[in-house]
Amino acid sequence: MHFDYNTQHRDSFALLRHTHQRVAYGLLAAILVLLPWVLSKFFVGELAYVFILCIASLGLMVLTGYTGQVSLGHAAFLAVGAYAHAWMLSKGVPLLVSLPASGLLCAAFGLVLGVPAIRVSGLYLAMVTLAFSVIATHVIGHWTSVTGGFTGLAVSEPSVAGIALGGPKAFYFLCLGVLVLVLLGLLNLLRSGLGRAFLGVRDSEAAAYSLGIPVGRVKVLAFVLSAGVTGLAGALLAHHTKYLTPDAFTLILSMELVLMVVIGGLGSLRGAVLGAILISLLPTFISRIKPLLSERLASQFGLETFIFGFILAVFVLFEPTGINGRWLKLRAMVEAFPLYRRDTFKRSKRYLKSERYK
Amino acid sequence: MSASLQIFAQLTVNGIAVGAVYALVALGLVLTYKATEVLNFAHGDLLALSAFIAWGLITVLGFSFWWALLSTVLIAAMVAYCIDALIVRRIVGQPQFAGVMLTIALAFMLRGLISMGFGPESRSYPTPWTGQTTHLGGVAIANLQLVIVGMSLVVTALLLIFFRSTRLGVAMQAASQNQLAAYLTGVRVKRINSLVWALAGATAAVAGVLLAPITLVDVSLWFVVLKALAALVLGGFGSIAGAIVGGLLIGLIEQYAGVYLPDGSKDIVAYVVLIAVLTIRPHGLLGEAHGKRV
Repeated sequence: MHFDYNTQHRDSFALLRHTHQRVAYGLLAAILVLLPWVLSKFFVGELAYVFILCIASLGLMVLTGYTGQVSLGHAAFLAVGAYAHAWMLSKGVPLLVSLPASGLLCAAFGLVLGVPAIRVSGLYLAMVTLAFSVIATHVIGHWTSVTGGFTGLAVSEPSVAGIALGGPKAFYFLCLGVLVLVLLGLLNLLRSGLGRAFLGVRDSEAAAYSLGIPVGRVKVLAFVLSAGVTGLAGALLAHHTKYLTPDAFTLILSMELVLMVVIGGLGSLRGAVLGAILISLLPTFISRIKPLLSERLASQFGLETFIFGFILAVFVLFEPTGINGRWLKLRAMVEAFPLYRRDTFKRSKRYLKSERYK
Repeated sequence: MSASLQIFAQLTVNGIAVGAVYALVALGLVLTYKATEVLNFAHGDLLALSAFIAWGLITVLGFSFWWALLSTVLIAAMVAYCIDALIVRRIVGQPQFAGVMLTIALAFMLRGLISMGFGPESRSYPTPWTGQTTHLGGVAIANLQLVIVGMSLVVTALLLIFFRSTRLGVAMQAASQNQLAAYLTGVRVKRINSLVWALAGATAAVAGVLLAPITLVDVSLWFVVLKALAALVLGGFGSIAGAIVGGLLIGLIEQYAGVYLPDGSKDIVAYVVLIAVLTIRPHGLLGEAHGKRV
């Protein structure tokens, strides 16, 4: 158990308030910095990809986990960010300008989608975002002069001020740096008035509205922010894949992003990161364990799809709070060791909770 | 008949035929949505599964088309019943989003199972009407399309009669309107909901068995559910009439766009219309505006 004894006003602002947290996160930082020298080139590249998906997942978490707006079309923002970045690089724009610029462009797209999207909610919103994503990939496929159409678009090597960052180690640190920046930015933003407004809108629009929160504007802002962060991830993804085709940004990718935030645990940034790690490493993991399976099972198509679905179903049915929820339970159990009560986190079962008006 | 008018008539006929499939799929979605408030994203994969089962029955086991259709409908209904009774029922009372996620998970699992069971290659099977066309005043209609339109009409009519005048149908309506009240008057709500899923599975099977000969028997058949969802949203969730009107509208719009609008717009016009309609009328064309409980 920990108790907060604040001796100064500033104490309550600290992100890491306890020594054990500082030690744990310091260790994590040290491990992440040292990893590229320990792991093989392949895994360093994989980890960079994991970081990119973490950023995208954080972007979606702001919208779905914190503001309660479902989006089945976030792959479109990844695509816009990736293509904008690749196009700007090909026109000679330096990386440090092009990276934030593609994020900003995505944020503008978020505004374009957000303004009609706030008029609908729930399933209708899911459909609007899905439709937006289908339209976006289609336009990218047919706008040959800029995007190269279905033949694809080559992405130039990343470099900052003449120093090439194309190698796995350099790219690893580029992705890690952006991830840390995004994470710190979001952590602070979500503690600000706007972040609290997001939570208010998620938990009860009517209550938020009656407290003077401009619900519509807050929702649009969530869309803009989420799209911007996802666009940043898209720009980095362009360097990871090195060659962009519209087929890479389908509905399946959008659903994988949703999988990450749901499996990670809605409403927590830690959940977004954990979910992204699990989902992005799963294909590698499956291909690694395939030799252990029987010949017949390993050669099957669709095994991966099935496992994805199975994991999602298990989480929705048995752990709706996601990995983060499970982590919190484990921690509470360890901290309260002999006194932990099994029902601490028990949800009251409510039947007949209808979102329909009767 | 002038050439342009003839093209228009042909497009209209094609649009109605395609729209009938969308309407049939949307109908299945409406059934589960009305009963359990779960929007079934796995509906398209049930449809694909039915097409594969029908292929197996017809080409491997040598069933006649009608027997294959009947058996597939029964199998799909049983699969759907089990999906609800064993899995979806567990999330009653959780927010709507949980239902969406769970059915997406089921869709992934079904899709994986189909590709594991049947392999990745696409295939086709014969029907009594393959390759036959009827000419009607200069408009050519494939007989298969006529059968699809006819079958959609029959299914819709049967469903309407079923809901109006059978005990089970009325019980289903009651359970959908107010589960607690229905339960207190002796309706076995859980079983009724599973039966509604079975009914939806049966419509998915009819749509799948009829759609597969036109396209191909392939896992990608599930994509039709996206068009059906667009149709459903256009019509407004939760009304059978809305699903049918929406389905036909999407079918017609697509066909017209393929000829009268620039190349490549056929695939996205449905979604553009969807966003436009929802921006102007946030509850669909035929949907009613509801408040939400606080």
